[in-house]
Amino acid sequence: MIDIPVIFAFIIAFAVFVYVVMDGFDLGLGILFPLFPKKDDRDIIMNSVAPVWDGNETWLVLGGGGLMAAFPLAYSVLMPALYTPMIAMLVGLIFRGVAFEFRWRTLRERNRWDIAFAGGSLLATLAQGIALGAILQGVHVEGRHYAGGWWDWLTPFSLLTGISLVAGYGLLGATWLVMKTEGDLRERAYHLSWWLLFAMLAAIGAVSLATPFLSIEYAHRWFSWPGILLTAPVPVAVAAVTALLLRSLAARQDYRPFFLSLALFALSYAGLGISMWPYIVPRSITIWQAAAPRDSQIFMLFGIVVLVPMILAYTAWAYYVFRGKVDPHGGYHS
Amino acid sequence: MFEGWDAVFLARAQFAFTMSFHIVFPAFSIGLASYLAVLEGLWLWTGRDVFINLFNYWLKIFAIAFGMGVVSGIVMSYQFGTNWSAFSDKVGPVIGPLMAYEVLTAFFLEAGFLGVMLFGLKRVGPRLHFLATLMVAIGTLISAFWILSANSWMQTPAGYAVNADGQFVVASWLHVIFNPSFPYRLVHMVLAAYLTTSLVVGAVGAFHLLRDSHLAGARVMFSMAMWMAAIVAPIQIIAGDQHGLNTLEHQPVKIMAMEGHFQSHKDGAPLILFGLPSQSEGKVNYAIEVPKAGSLILKHSLDAPMTGLDTVPRENWPPVPVVFWSFRIMVGMGLLMVALGLLSLWMRWRGTLYDSRLLHIFAIAMGPAGFVAVLAGWFTTEVGRQPYTVYGLLRTVDSASPLAPPAVASSLIAFAIVYFIVYAAGITYLLRLMAAPPHPGEQGPSGDEPVRAAGITPASAVTGKT
Ligand code: HDD
Ligand code: HEM
Ligand code: HEM
Repeated sequence: MIDIPVIFAFIIAFAVFVYVVMDGFDLGLGILFPLFPKKDDRDIIMNSVAPVWDGNETWLVLGGGGLMAAFPLAYSVLMPALYTPMIAMLVGLIFRGVAFEFRWRTLRERNRWDIAFAGGSLLATLAQGIALGAILQGVHVEGRHYAGGWWDWLTPFSLLTGISLVAGYGLLGATWLVMKTEGDLRERAYHLSWWLLFAMLAAIGAVSLATPFLSIEYAHRWFSWPGILLTAPVPVAVAAVTALLLRSLAARQDYRPFFLSLALFALSYAGLGISMWPYIVPRSITIWQAAAPRDSQIFMLFGIVVLVPMILAYTAWAYYVFRGKVDPHGGYHS
Repeated sequence: MFEGWDAVFLARAQFAFTMSFHIVFPAFSIGLASYLAVLEGLWLWTGRDVFINLFNYWLKIFAIAFGMGVVSGIVMSYQFGTNWSAFSDKVGPVIGPLMAYEVLTAFFLEAGFLGVMLFGLKRVGPRLHFLATLMVAIGTLISAFWILSANSWMQTPAGYAVNADGQFVVASWLHVIFNPSFPYRLVHMVLAAYLTTSLVVGAVGAFHLLRDSHLAGARVMFSMAMWMAAIVAPIQIIAGDQHGLNTLEHQPVKIMAMEGHFQSHKDGAPLILFGLPSQSEGKVNYAIEVPKAGSLILKHSLDAPMTGLDTVPRENWPPVPVVFWSFRIMVGMGLLMVALGLLSLWMRWRGTLYDSRLLHIFAIAMGPAGFVAVLAGWFTTEVGRQPYTVYGLLRTVDSASPLAPPAVASSLIAFAIVYFIVYAAGITYLLRLMAAPPHPGEQGPSGDEPVRAAGITPASAVTGKT
């Protein structure tokens, strides 16, 4: 029999990963916004994602909705456990999302919506990173319910993952700007990319060092035989990608830095996956325990197999339509 | 603070609050997306500038309304987990896949083509652009399909079984998706969206006609909107009546609350027009009623017996006054819409459609009526379902998350503040856009230069910022 819960674990992980990289650079732009005070620069930064941000964010809805549908138990345990970070994320996404439209509708209050854009992006990113840390450190479950308090998520570790994600999204945003802009703006984005890369590497290092201390199981997974056969390639690959990324930044390439940053994200993500497997709520609920009844999963699988390739195709088309450097004069917006 | 509050009550308040804000925008953007598709289609077909001008005029408004629909919608989808986790665990296997299909078939479609629709006319040319507009419009309708299916299943569950963990599992997807109340609710809601939009378009048209009755754009939009209102409002009343008969079959207690029928009537129940229902006394005070008309409407016979809430244990009563009043507000709005439609037909026939101040003022006053009716309708539906989340099967108190009241209270306050800021600003910008008359050479959100993509639109004289 095919192990459908495992397939779904990969599907949800895929949706969340696509979300992280796609909305990651949108949010990263928001985080970097305060560093670009000139109105013209800000217009270009906004316009570089205005046509695609909504599609990027939709992967978050798929991740959340998919989790509810495929692993209802995990959804119903994790969401109350992450109550405050989730609400904070939603609030951040509201401000960030409306700023895309509101900013162009007012001259007087434009500054306010710029702050909403930057603040919303920062808040949403921090909340997502904290939620990630809170999941990794595990939550208190009794029976089929979350049984902890509403501040349990707050620990030094979750703060560390929160800040790490800010650095990571910042890097994605900066390399995106390198790819999509020209002139002075691109110069500054290069400059920032260096700093953000170092920040991100430091963050990867810190989180990797801290994770084994969270639980003996994580340590076991990473450092003992034969698990190490699976885990050792990850740090090696991280080192290799980092080397390439440094080179491509030094060579001032346009596209490579962005895609190599994505690769760095993919590797960190794989590392997380290795730590968590086979739990969906670490050390309490496995993917098989949380899985929805087989019929529900099969019903969705049909849709996913047919629809996700179509979605990827027309999403790619939308990116293609708005390809190339943003033209500062032919702006999408008035 | 809030220690003594009931977490379930706070979660319900939060759901009602965020949902009420959400639904206002989908109701408008479902209708507006279709209207935009019609306008662009007419432009491609006739080549008349007035259509592309109107398209660009409403496109800017659409962009804002759609954005607010998106951000408030994401709140909704996560709220199932944060505030209603027990519900999610038990009902997730049934309505989760429906919502996942909504994401896959509708949200991605809308979002994927939205960028091209808003900013892409010059890049892809009119034909592909029209395709993008159509995709967005179809996406909004598909979205209504799935979410209403999910909601209707909660009202009239079908095609399910219950497993050992107490979860609902699916016996037949066909019966789950096309559950008994779904066709009625889908028709009623989509018509509601179209009506809501046509009333807004009509009000904006009327507003500009009052100042200049020769303004081409205003004339076209006003005339289109009034046709829509005149045709769809009566259909909506028929659909609503059918919906009510369906509800009588599957959720009779809700109908008792809507009608204010606390007592059973053996030979013909009255139709209570107005009155003050009292939950505690179990009767409608100061009722103004038409004898036997209730039975006539609901059973199509004057003397048909009707049971009342006295046959239902009190703990299963929905909050009657809310249901009673919201239903009357909705029906009242529906009747006013029909009146507007009839008046417009008469003025049209007399040839004074564009000059009648009376009609224009009436149309402006009716601008928000669709929103009022939609909210009232949803309050009837949702409050009338209480005290259950899955009708007859899962109680609301058993659906909530195990959260401390202060957690729910603070998130409620946070949302209240955020929505107040964001929506006040958004609505201001929307009204500001609507207050500007549509003019030749109207720009879409795409901005700086006149749209010359295929050379169909002549370069306009007006190149200034919009
Ligand atoms: C009858 C229509 C209708 C109803 C009852 C609802 N929605 Fe909605 N929703 C839409 C019609 C719609 C829409 C017209 O399709 C929107 C508006 C703007 C948009 O992007 O799609 C939307 C947006 C929207 C989004 C953002 C999608 C995106 O990122 O593009 C989410 C996550 C939800 N909704 C979720 C919900 C939930 C969980 C609901 C109920 C509890 C709900 N909606 C009720
Ligand atoms: C769009 C218009 C809607 C509005 C205005 C609305 C309004 C409300 C209100 C007022 C309540 C609280 C009822 C009470 O406390 O007495 C409620 C409850 C609820 N509604 Fe809706 N609703 C809408 C649509 C939906 C949809 C589409 C769904 C599902 C997909 C849904 C699912 C629920 C759930 C799960 C509750 C649980 C809480 C409860 O029953 O009290 N609602 N809604
Ligand atoms: C005057 C005639 C109307 C009648 C008789 C009528 C009847 C009904 C009934 C019986 C329900 C509750 C269904 C249930 O939950 O069991 C309902 C719900 C609703 N109504 Fe109406 N209605 C009318 C007009 C309108 C108008 C004009 C609008 C909006 C423009 C509207 C919008 C809604 C909405 C959004 C709902 C909630 C969703 C649903 O259950 O379909 N209605 N209506």
